Amino acid sequence: MQFLITVLLDGLIYASYLFIVSLGLTITFGVMKILNVAHGGFFAWGAYLASISIIYLGDNEYNSFLYYFAIFLSAIIVGLFFGYIIERFILRKMYNEDIHLIVLATFGLFWILEDLILHVFGVDPLMPYYPAMELGGIELGGIFQGVYSLTLAGLAIIVAFICWYFLKKTKYGKVLQSVIFDREVSVSMGINVTKVYLITFIIGGMLGALGGAYIAPTISVSPGFAIDVVVMSFAVVVIGGMGSVPGALIGSLIVGLVRAFAVHQAPILELFIIYAIMAIVLIIKPEGLFAPPKPRKI
Amino acid sequence: MFKGILKEQTIQVGIGFVFIVVLLGTFILPEWMSNNFMYGLSRGLAVLGLMILWRTNLVSFGHALYYGFGAYAVAMAQKYLGVTDVFLRIIIAIAAAGLLGFVLGFILRRYREIFFAMLSLAFSMVLYGLLAKAEFLGSTDGMSISPSTMFGFELGRFGLFYFIGFVVILSLIFAHAYLRSSLGHLTTAIMDNEIRVEYLGYSVEKAIHIKYVISACLAGGAGGLMAAALGQVDPDSMVLWSVSGELVFVTIMAGLGNILAPFVGAIFFEFIRTYAYEFAPQAWQMIIGGTLLAIIFFLPGGLWSLFQKINPFKKEKK
Amino acid sequence: MKLTNLKTLGKIAITGLIASILPMSVNAKDTVKVGVVSFLTGPAAGPFGTPAKQGAEIVIDAINSGTMPAPYNTKGFAGATMNPIFSDESGGGTKQVGLFRDFVQKQNVDAMIGYISSGNCMAIGPVADEVKMLTIFSTCGTERLYEEKLRSHVFRTQGNAVGDSLAAAKYIADEYFKGKVSTADKMYTGINQNYAWGQDSYKFFKLGMAQYVPSAVGSSKPQFPKLFSGQYGSEISALSLDKAKIVHTSFWNGDFEAFMLQALVRGFFQKKILVSSVGGSGVDSLDKKFPDGVIMGTRGNVGLIVRNDTTPLNKWFIDSYKKRYGAYPLGPSYQYARAVMLYKIGMDKAAKAAGKFPTQDQVITAMKGVTFESFADTIEMKRGDGHQAVHSIAYGVTKYNKAKGEPGIEKVIKYSASCIYPPAGAISQKWVESGMPGRKCN
Repeated sequence: MQFLITVLLDGLIYASYLFIVSLGLTITFGVMKILNVAHGGFFAWGAYLASISIIYLGDNEYNSFLYYFAIFLSAIIVGLFFGYIIERFILRKMYNEDIHLIVLATFGLFWILEDLILHVFGVDPLMPYYPAMELGGIELGGIFQGVYSLTLAGLAIIVAFICWYFLKKTKYGKVLQSVIFDREVSVSMGINVTKVYLITFIIGGMLGALGGAYIAPTISVSPGFAIDVVVMSFAVVVIGGMGSVPGALIGSLIVGLVRAFAVHQAPILELFIIYAIMAIVLIIKPEGLFAPPKPRKI
Repeated sequence: MFKGILKEQTIQVGIGFVFIVVLLGTFILPEWMSNNFMYGLSRGLAVLGLMILWRTNLVSFGHALYYGFGAYAVAMAQKYLGVTDVFLRIIIAIAAAGLLGFVLGFILRRYREIFFAMLSLAFSMVLYGLLAKAEFLGSTDGMSISPSTMFGFELGRFGLFYFIGFVVILSLIFAHAYLRSSLGHLTTAIMDNEIRVEYLGYSVEKAIHIKYVISACLAGGAGGLMAAALGQVDPDSMVLWSVSGELVFVTIMAGLGNILAPFVGAIFFEFIRTYAYEFAPQAWQMIIGGTLLAIIFFLPGGLWSLFQKINPFKKEKK
Repeated sequence: MKLTNLKTLGKIAITGLIASILPMSVNAKDTVKVGVVSFLTGPAAGPFGTPAKQGAEIVIDAINSGTMPAPYNTKGFAGATMNPIFSDESGGGTKQVGLFRDFVQKQNVDAMIGYISSGNCMAIGPVADEVKMLTIFSTCGTERLYEEKLRSHVFRTQGNAVGDSLAAAKYIADEYFKGKVSTADKMYTGINQNYAWGQDSYKFFKLGMAQYVPSAVGSSKPQFPKLFSGQYGSEISALSLDKAKIVHTSFWNGDFEAFMLQALVRGFFQKKILVSSVGGSGVDSLDKKFPDGVIMGTRGNVGLIVRNDTTPLNKWFIDSYKKRYGAYPLGPSYQYARAVMLYKIGMDKAAKAAGKFPTQDQVITAMKGVTFESFADTIEMKRGDGHQAVHSIAYGVTKYNKAKGEPGIEKVIKYSASCIYPPAGAISQKWVESGMPGRKCN
């Protein structure tokens, strides 16, 4: 029992984190049909910007409410800044290119963003532990869990809700869905796809950065830590269905829980099993478990 | 995009090119440069494999699977069977990768576009997950590869270089013959219109499967040669997704214009990396990333298109 | 087509020829060119690579200008000034092997110094012998380096993982088990990185525990996360659920700090006793937050353990380091400095014997088996046919020093080399399993 609770909690925390990160990726793919490797760059930049802000706030003993403000602000700034530059000046010129070329371009951008970090923030690891320390631990199922990590689940639920509300209840969300469904038809209906793409890419970037910014207080933020995140969120997105929001949710739950179980029972399989699931899903249901519907084209 | 690739002379020029590279590398150039040539020729094989796949518009984001599998096959053969003979090494590497490609090909041949890319990625990461965590497979340390021998004698760096040149020439001849065969022509037709090819009475899946196995063999051979040339294998520099990305990168950088392009591109890549690393150890990734973007934007045909552009006698009609 | 290609080939050949003439610079005898490799990027850069580089810089500059205290107060390396080339260690063994070959063949270095990761040392070792390049490993710890094969051109100024782990086990036996300890408290587990260093460290910790505390039981689920994975939520849960009270770790670099932070928030240290063989660097970066009561080693008499040691050489090192970089030198700073010192000793000794600037073979002969004064201890190159160092290793318990406002350590016990390393020629695992015959503990 104790074991089950712990595995569930571990899995849930990890899943929440994965969900926030991969949501941005799946939205970008859904709307723009771009597999954005540079998403890892957003993640890392979000983490770094949040870290230096939190460390500054913490060292000067500011109100702890400001930590969370700094986290969200960092995510917004990173998403806006890099999202705008990358979409406007690089990706926009490539939409007619081969899809593989675009992936590769984002791969190059990922490398550039990674090295920029070294030059802007230096090589020393940052440890913005203040928020996590402040909230401390709570005993659940016989062992302590970090409260801050548990709030990740709350954040994931909020993000999921906002996303659902936006897509289903707002006009802009409906526009977005029509673009996801069929780009050409949307254009002919008078939707400004260029603008939709820009905004989508920025929001996707913000979500990636938010993942990094929110996880930062629990880790040692150091150069190169984003490289595993990229492929892990790829796995989540593929399992759930590329471009599907509920898919990202299910995908991250599956990966999070399976990984937690593996770490407890068979640590050697921890990495293997995630990608094995990804491969199996692709083999059985290539579109992913929750693939968005495809328009019938003749 | 593929103009000129099937010309009769290509293969003679190719053999001449490899001869010159090997002779330069062993007699004229300093050793570090010859190392770069050696790595470039080896990696070029994997890029050639990717290029052959690309001719059907299939891009694998997980080709490091075969590259790494070939390299680890060499490592395992040394650890458990004591194999250091260079002929056996390359045969083992190619056979292992080819067999794996044959098995996975049954699944992958049904996939196209991004799904093909992602499933390849998934398979390569499965192998990575195993290698990185299993102690008996060397975990993240990988394994050392002892210097190669030939018929019981130590081969030496030069000997290995000649051998790599030999393998590359054989592969060039083979790839050339394959691309000129009806099977090879067929795959370009698949890229244009799959259904039409089926109506002509050919099995598209079978043609793709054969192509996939050939591509896997080339990548496996590249991994085997690279392992022998470097003297070390490890999952992070042989199997990780970013290695696959690098291979795709070199393919684009080289251009798809000629079967020689992969080797020119791969050698060029080794040099950028060496220099970037030496002069800007904290910005080498940025330099490689920047080169990648620059090529995509300003040289869409890859380096090979440069060679075509400077030819004053022959203007290719578009 | 044909013509184009021939032209191209001509171009390639000409560029190649020009380039081949360029790097033929001749090494003058008044300088020695040495590659110094440590992590300059990635998670190990801040806590390990940078302090390592800085430690090397201080000693190299002092020796070049002849301002280092005795016995290193003569100028230069066999009179020559060292010209270090710093390079990045990240990217894995395969990449490092390629770079190593570049160093030797392109840069024509006279020696190579450094390497932190055991994986890299295992990869470089055979290549160094193959290309016959004098290489002094400063930090990496796997004992397999010399026990798989003796190395002709490779030296290591740092004792291997066997000593670190055995000393940890002995410290637990001497300190922790001094009082009454219940059976549950005698169980132990570990969390170590899944590569040569982590695997070997835990293996020898287990072997050592079996010898020193035969009644202790090892957990069936020790954790081996991947190097640089950074997030240990599930691992910490698994360790928390485990009944074992003692947790051994050989984590280093950013991984250690990340683990400490995540464990700290979750009340880990109220229930467990952590034994860290190389976490010294994290003590400073966590400062006040670092929990008291962690059993801590620094892989020898370096870093945190010797912070208050007043040996002149040690005092000089700490003072100059603080002056130049505004912080205490960490373990890796000492280790890199030590590797440079061995090179000086070898060069000077060989020059004296030869009566002229020594060749590489003469330097190797001179370095084999020497004993030299390090900062706060003596290093004996007495294992691996005179290529592998042994030295004493100390463990203590962390305790924040309120008076000075900085981290501190107490209850330090130092174990002599003959207590924790097998005699020359023995295979470590067999030696420990057969009850460590011939060991002499202070």
